[in-house]
Amino acid sequence: MNLAIIESVSGPVVRARPEGSFVMREAVRVGEKGLLGEVIRIKESEIVIQVYEDTTGIRPGTRIEGDGLPLSIHLGPGILGGTFDGLLRPIADISINGPWVEPGSVTSKSAHYYFIPQVVAGSSLQAGAILGRVKPKDGHEQRILVPPGISGVVEELVAEGEYRDDVPLCMLIDEDGTRHPVTMCHTWPVRRPRPTAARLPSDEPMLTGQRIIDCMFPIARGGKAAIPGGFGTGKTVLLETLAKWCNADVIVYVGCGERGNELAGLLEEFYQLEDPHTGHSLLKRTVIIANTSNMPVAAREASIYTGVTVAEYFRDQGLDVALMADSTSRWAEALREVSGLLGELPGEGGYPAYMSSRLADFYERAAKVRTLAGETGSVTIIGAVSPPSGDFSEPVTSHSRRYIRSFWALDANRAYARFYPAIHPLHSYSTDEERMANWWHAEGNVHWQELRTRFLTLLEEQAHLERMARIIGKDAMPAHQRYILMCAELLNEGFLRQSAFSEIDRSASPDRQAVMMRIIGEFIEQAERVVSNGVPPELISRLPVFRRLMRMSEEIPDGEWETFSELADTLNKSMVELADSGQPMEDS
Amino acid sequence: MYARLTTEDAANRLDGPLLFLRRTLDVGYNEAVEVEGSDGLVRLGRIAAVDEETIIVEVLDDTAGLALSGTHVRFYGEPLKFQVGQGILDRVFNGVGKVIDGGPPIAGEKSLGIDGLPIKPVAREAPKDFLETGFTAIDLMNSLVRGQKLPLFSGGGLPHDQMAVSIATNARLSSAETQEFAIVFAGIGVPHETAEYFQREMERSGALERSALFLNLASDSSAQRLLTPRYALTAAEYLAFSEGKHVLVIMTDMTNYCEALREVSASKGEVPSRKGYPGYMYSDLATLFERAGRIKGLPGTLTQLPILTMPNDDIGHPIPDLSGYITEGQIVLDRDLHRRRIYPPVKVLPSLSRLMKDGIGKDMTSADHPALAAQLYAAYARSQQARILASVVGEEGLTEVDQRFLKFGSHFESKIIGHTDPRTIEESLAAGWEGLKQLPVEELHRLSDAQIQQHLAQEHTGD
Repeated sequence: MNLAIIESVSGPVVRARPEGSFVMREAVRVGEKGLLGEVIRIKESEIVIQVYEDTTGIRPGTRIEGDGLPLSIHLGPGILGGTFDGLLRPIADISINGPWVEPGSVTSKSAHYYFIPQVVAGSSLQAGAILGRVKPKDGHEQRILVPPGISGVVEELVAEGEYRDDVPLCMLIDEDGTRHPVTMCHTWPVRRPRPTAARLPSDEPMLTGQRIIDCMFPIARGGKAAIPGGFGTGKTVLLETLAKWCNADVIVYVGCGERGNELAGLLEEFYQLEDPHTGHSLLKRTVIIANTSNMPVAAREASIYTGVTVAEYFRDQGLDVALMADSTSRWAEALREVSGLLGELPGEGGYPAYMSSRLADFYERAAKVRTLAGETGSVTIIGAVSPPSGDFSEPVTSHSRRYIRSFWALDANRAYARFYPAIHPLHSYSTDEERMANWWHAEGNVHWQELRTRFLTLLEEQAHLERMARIIGKDAMPAHQRYILMCAELLNEGFLRQSAFSEIDRSASPDRQAVMMRIIGEFIEQAERVVSNGVPPELISRLPVFRRLMRMSEEIPDGEWETFSELADTLNKSMVELADSGQPMEDS
Repeated sequence: MYARLTTEDAANRLDGPLLFLRRTLDVGYNEAVEVEGSDGLVRLGRIAAVDEETIIVEVLDDTAGLALSGTHVRFYGEPLKFQVGQGILDRVFNGVGKVIDGGPPIAGEKSLGIDGLPIKPVAREAPKDFLETGFTAIDLMNSLVRGQKLPLFSGGGLPHDQMAVSIATNARLSSAETQEFAIVFAGIGVPHETAEYFQREMERSGALERSALFLNLASDSSAQRLLTPRYALTAAEYLAFSEGKHVLVIMTDMTNYCEALREVSASKGEVPSRKGYPGYMYSDLATLFERAGRIKGLPGTLTQLPILTMPNDDIGHPIPDLSGYITEGQIVLDRDLHRRRIYPPVKVLPSLSRLMKDGIGKDMTSADHPALAAQLYAAYARSQQARILASVVGEEGLTEVDQRFLKFGSHFESKIIGHTDPRTIEESLAAGWEGLKQLPVEELHRLSDAQIQQHLAQEHTGD
């Protein structure tokens, strides 16, 4: 164990005289309370430590202890369904310290799990191989893997039964004859990506149940997306919606410098909601890492790495994991704050020059991979960005853009009109669109790409025409242009708008999305024919069927395919009637 | 407050608000001190940094009059604390928790650190009880719930003080329970007249009885300004979580707080961030705003209504911008509406209450409240588009439907948002439905047929 004595304290930055050899990024404990810190600078006679907790009362002469290991977290079956702080210390237990977060180390209590071995004594296991599985009383079954870095022949394997998570399940004897005990838990340094066998191309979408994402700007499994938006544009609601309904096996939700009340609401809601895929409570497939905005800043910086390491841990079990980070701007600000305290030279916007490469380190950990055990798993990262005054040219947004593949830009004007999700269709993009088109095609929705392109051009034209309407007035526009505006209105209101709070519409299955897409495509086509026959578009928008189309997202639930086909028939009939009755007439 | 350790003649440097002492005592970072100069004035301070030779004290008052010799420093041995007790209601304090209404000091029951501690997210109870303010723009369109922090984004000369007093007087808990309601008012760097206005108005309406006032006047020191909301929130936390009251904290003006933060940061020689404000302003504001909420198993709630004046009416300015990222929505006041004598001049489009969905709807306000609010928002947004269009092509150039939206827009501002007497939520809802009758039903896409049938049917014939 290394020792050091504090020489000076200034906020979270502590300088100390080492009495041993410390390493860079070594995790240390400061003072009697054991505040967690990390070594960030080493000189011959001085080390500089960034403390992750409030340093009130710390004074010169206080002891610092380190054991030579980088900042690491304890991974094991107890994580799933839990709530932790930015350093993966449990904060769910109100019996410790009551409702308040007090500085100082809190360690997880050990728990018991029912272990079922899947290998026999004498077999030879590589790192990452499956040793067995555990079954918690309620919740998801999990695998126990040989931790990365060790391998060997299994000896002293325990029989099926209930064990504490810190007792050895077996010994692995490696080639040198060294005995490695393997428990249900192991530690891993948060800043180091966990090893995999290979990175795989991401060729299927992660379905989110949100039409504007799945149909317009899809995200791949193992992909990465950024959601930039000023305050009040619905970043958090969107992230929470994705966390609820996306088809990942495990969700890691990192509340990085955000609101406590929101996290409380999320916990409550996740506890009550049922996971559509398993029937358990949604909380059981979720890991929440909470570092609210009033918790210490330095831990906020670490929380994002903690989150991605937890995500990789579940990926290595062959699962599809989605990581939501709310928000990466708060993380970057924490980086800036600590950098300022260290007196580093500020770069763009006051952020340290290495902010961009740290951001890259984080996003690059998203991938679809073949695990060491030979299975497929993925980590998909979705990061919210909170640009100051909603300006997307600021450093965090513009650097994020370089590393992500889906960009969902939130628009203040849409949010003002309570049009959610307020993703702006003309400012957003997805570079995975082409590959996802193949998936939709294989699923039987052969017109997906064609319709998507049609929708996007329609919205593009609408933006253009609205500018023109502002000059000459809508009434003065030719029928065809008024038709475009009508179609765009339907597309926005009836398809892209999706209420996160509507029982029926909060999540849409791919089939329901496809049906709605087809009906709207049908409308666009039919209306064009009718309008070119001389019927003014206003007559179409006054049809009862138009109002039904506008409200179909909120009124026709998943599975009611007859209602959808009846709606399509009604649409056809009304259009035919209108075309027949409609001798060319001018606007009324 | 007792002095455990003192030192004198240890000072070796004075630099702005910072006092450098030779380290002759074992003291810790962030502990409180009292600095007494040869002029006899006692100034509050805290330890800003400490190393083996030197203690750096940040003096929270003016350092004018201090000298290296004759300066006594008393060390508290702990961070700043506030003595709270049952008698803190109906009292007036200065910005650092000293009684200034001429009465006796508070009988201290508990001594609480003014910085508070973060609440564990797991220990928080999600806020969900509707709190009626009497303003339709808030109750109907951006409902406030107990435990929320919802700021007023205002501007110089707008009637935010009047609104704050009105809310303090009229705020009503919707449920039948008449649990005790308390108000903590923090005047941060407010002019003398404003402080007096609040005191007088609250006395007049009888609200003072259930209030604790903390007044840091514009002429008080900037460094103390940073402490005022912390003392006020410590009192509020005590009232809410120890005494089980429903506490509404009104803090005005947060812009003065941020200015003080900038001033103090600059005097310490820190690297400035946007517009000269320190890079940690977000985290600092969060340590105040995040103290709102409810705790599982405890009866009380702490609701915050901070008021800030947007410099130059710019919502993108760092102060409103960073606040908006922490608070659960915002109520934006508008100079245009004010000029047209609409009171309260709430600009609803950029206003938002994030927790609204948890406090309204069936069994709380009305089952159709969410749909009504959504429809009013959509319709008003459209009326604003029509208004822009009309300003270019003239009203005659609009389609008939757009003309009706235009008319609806004016009605919405003058009759739904604007009203002088406080409304109950039922009255607010009725005003909303009444307003929608101006529009053709086919255009009401956010309402179901049943809702239209129920609320708008009678007077709506054949459009």
